Amino acid sequence: MANRDAMDAGIGGEIVTSHTSQLDRIINLARANSLHYLLFGLACCGIELMQFGGPRADADRFGAVFRATPRQADFMIVAGTLTYKMAERLKLLYDQMAEPKYVISMGSCANCGGLFQLAYSVCKGVDKVVPVDVYVPGCPPRPEALTEGLLRLQDLVMRERWKDKRRPPAPSQAGGQRA
Amino acid sequence: MTTTEIHEKLKAQFGEAVGPLSEPKVDPFAVVKTDRIVEVCRFLKDAPGVELDFCEDLTAVDWPKRNVIEVVYHLFSYKHRHGIVLKVEAARAEPSVPSVEGVWKAANWMEREVFDLFGVTFTGHPDLRRVMLPDDWVGHPLRKDYQEAGGFHGIPNLRENPLVELRRIDEIRIAEHAKNNPPPAPAAAKAPAPAAPAGGGAPPAPPAPPAGPKA
Repeated sequence: MANRDAMDAGIGGEIVTSHTSQLDRIINLARANSLHYLLFGLACCGIELMQFGGPRADADRFGAVFRATPRQADFMIVAGTLTYKMAERLKLLYDQMAEPKYVISMGSCANCGGLFQLAYSVCKGVDKVVPVDVYVPGCPPRPEALTEGLLRLQDLVMRERWKDKRRPPAPSQAGGQRA
Repeated sequence: MTTTEIHEKLKAQFGEAVGPLSEPKVDPFAVVKTDRIVEVCRFLKDAPGVELDFCEDLTAVDWPKRNVIEVVYHLFSYKHRHGIVLKVEAARAEPSVPSVEGVWKAANWMEREVFDLFGVTFTGHPDLRRVMLPDDWVGHPLRKDYQEAGGFHGIPNLRENPLVELRRIDEIRIAEHAKNNPPPAPAAAKAPAPAAPAGGGAPPAPPAPPAGPKA
């Protein structure tokens, strides 16, 4: 883990592994190894998302299987270009997921609007609508890159503490509150 | 039948309502008077030997300097494997063109798309409404003078350059990390070292959940 610590010292979250209790560790171990993701393949990154679940870069070996319904999902992989029209549906599905929930933003379009940043109908990044935990860069990111994103998410989950598990809703960058 | 021959037939039938064929390029086109377009299209579809039964494409071009919006019809015939392109000019202020949806059903959605993106009204269309953009979108984006409305339903449409944004986040994190973990000895210059300012190449950090557990 030395390399990861060195990488994370500048850009990662705080490393608090020494502060988690034994109970935290057991619970987080169970949670991290069975993260079910909501399929949200919107565009070309969806193809790589499929391969991420495919045989070579197998997501299932990490316990991550896809769920088609947000009610049964632990996190959401937003793969592809988000348009304004779709952004409202994305928020709706995100709100339907149960806590604790996470979001992986996959590909440049989901990170920042990507190739279509100047387009009139493209939302410039998923984090304008939902709070994002892991950004996976690429156009499209290789399935191995998405696997790395999943492992980072697992690290994030392993670092959480039971008493802090209900994190307050993050203020998303969207100005208005849609009913 | 070549395109020139189809054009000859058109001119024989409609006279001055059909303009001359353009220079022989890839798709020679003829400009048709706007109010006669439906008759012209029906003739092209039904005339024996011509039978253009396939409306391949129906788009528009915005010419602000000429003050027209041109609606372009790409027509083709499966039976005879020939085609022609027609153009119709609509005034840019209140563009209105008779709908050819009665001739080819494919024109239904194509005319809705032109309405959505250019604002051209097709008279006689059974269901003219936006087809791609949300129903309450303001404006017609493919016009040359379209201005974005600054977001949609509260979602802003501006974003800081990710290189600048990530560098800023990196520097905040480095400063926090250095503050929380002061360097052990004056000689140890380890604290700022791991902060490789890899700028754009840096894998974007997983930002800690906002109000996440503080060390």
